[in-house]
Amino acid sequence: MATNVAIKPAETTAAITVSYEHPWIVRLAHWLNAVALVVMIGSGLRIFRAFPSFGPKTPQQDLVDIPRQLTIGGWLGGALQWHFTFMWIFVGSGLMYVIYQLATGHWRQVLFTPSDIKGVWPMARHYFLFGPKPAVDAAYNPLQKLAYTSTIFFGVASTLTGMVLYKPVQFWWLAWLMGGFHFARIWHFAAMCGFVAFIPGHLVMVALHGWNNFYSMVTGWKRDPEYLG
Amino acid sequence: MSDDHPEERQRVGESEPEQESQAQRSAQSSEEQDSAQQEEEEAAAAAPGAGPAGEPIRIVTRAERKRMNRRELLKLVPVLAVGAFAIPKFRQALLDEGLHFSDWASGEFFGRRRLAQTFSNSEVVPFERFPYNFYDVVDPGVDLEKWTLTVQGLVQRPGEYKLEQIQALPKIVQNTRHVCVEGWDVIGNFGGARASDFLRLIGADTSARFLEATCADGYYESIDMETMLHPQTLFCYEMYGKPLDRGHGAPLRLQMPTKIGYKQAKYLDTIRVSNVLQHDMRGYWEDQGYSWYGGL
Repeated sequence: MATNVAIKPAETTAAITVSYEHPWIVRLAHWLNAVALVVMIGSGLRIFRAFPSFGPKTPQQDLVDIPRQLTIGGWLGGALQWHFTFMWIFVGSGLMYVIYQLATGHWRQVLFTPSDIKGVWPMARHYFLFGPKPAVDAAYNPLQKLAYTSTIFFGVASTLTGMVLYKPVQFWWLAWLMGGFHFARIWHFAAMCGFVAFIPGHLVMVALHGWNNFYSMVTGWKRDPEYLG
Repeated sequence: MSDDHPEERQRVGESEPEQESQAQRSAQSSEEQDSAQQEEEEAAAAAPGAGPAGEPIRIVTRAERKRMNRRELLKLVPVLAVGAFAIPKFRQALLDEGLHFSDWASGEFFGRRRLAQTFSNSEVVPFERFPYNFYDVVDPGVDLEKWTLTVQGLVQRPGEYKLEQIQALPKIVQNTRHVCVEGWDVIGNFGGARASDFLRLIGADTSARFLEATCADGYYESIDMETMLHPQTLFCYEMYGKPLDRGHGAPLRLQMPTKIGYKQAKYLDTIRVSNVLQHDMRGYWEDQGYSWYGGL
């Protein structure tokens, strides 16, 4: 058909609006960290399974029985191997992101500040209670800033508490700051819980915002950015 | 649909992401900026500008977008490298490397001479609540009357040593934390001879790399020499002011507050100073995959 023939060559010249949303360092850090985070949580739960308590060994009172299927490593020693290998990737990619954000000044776009507090509820109401969409004139809305800033906090917290658990003799002063070696283990677990709370919300948002949004975290280029429409 | 076949003929080629800050600068400079970035594009039209965060916005053809995406995808190759862990054939070798690297970093970056925290008597856990941890039997049935410590390897005075000879050395008593790999810890009271004193007594070559220990229950361990020379490392024969009981490793055990629990070999039978570790003699748990260094 004539119209089809006419369209064919147009395909190569068809104009598509794209915006470069995520520099490669951010994307690389994101995906390395995503993989590492899954491994750290899975192996961490397997390690916790060896002594699922925050109390004394004698008498031992288990808090939970974490299903084997949710864990990585097969046994305590295997889980420790995963944990002690991926901790470098986890911390390395986290540092890569933080240093990049600091160096470029991009941290200002994403850091949650007191002035963002008032914007959190309207945004949450929009997403979860079908409220009106608040006007957003910044790269990230207050709810996003809260979520992303929290992950940095969880990352720093899990790293520092992990250092204390791994090397309590070397980092005795850090243990002291956390309220002692026992508390380091509790905070380490709490930071993991923070990530576990973040991940489903993050995935739901990614699903809601569609393929173009997801793909921009892969190649950096986002097709048809919403702020132009 | 309309997006796929628009009438517009504006074409702007690939932009380098590294030059993002250029795009942030201003809209009016976008033309020269584009020409700087263009390798192949002849007629660069004005770009629409920048997004709310200053990110560059381009109008491109499908082919260009494909090329741009592919180029950006290549920069994520290191993520694929991590994917090697998903291949069963490579997995264990990679994990062994990771653990090895962590052990190396542990020994390299931390003060091996740093003293472990000591605690007041009020912080010590009561003896009844100090756990008995063992891998096979809590009491391997050592004949405490006839017991001697066999000393071998790179020492000037090898042979059999009686407990009295070890007890004759200056006695150290310390309240230190015992940390188990499982996740629990307990502060205990330990008494014994400094390992360094005993190594001097037997004329050990302290430039050697390892001390290997084998135990009455078949357990075995190996410790780096630097840790053996640490002032808090004990050949421990007392807990809570009483001779070691059988469950805690009578008559002699290692007590190293700078090492994790599974390295604190109990029911010591033989020690050997050496420079070479047999691959399957690094330690009972270490040979199954635990960290060899085990430093705290």
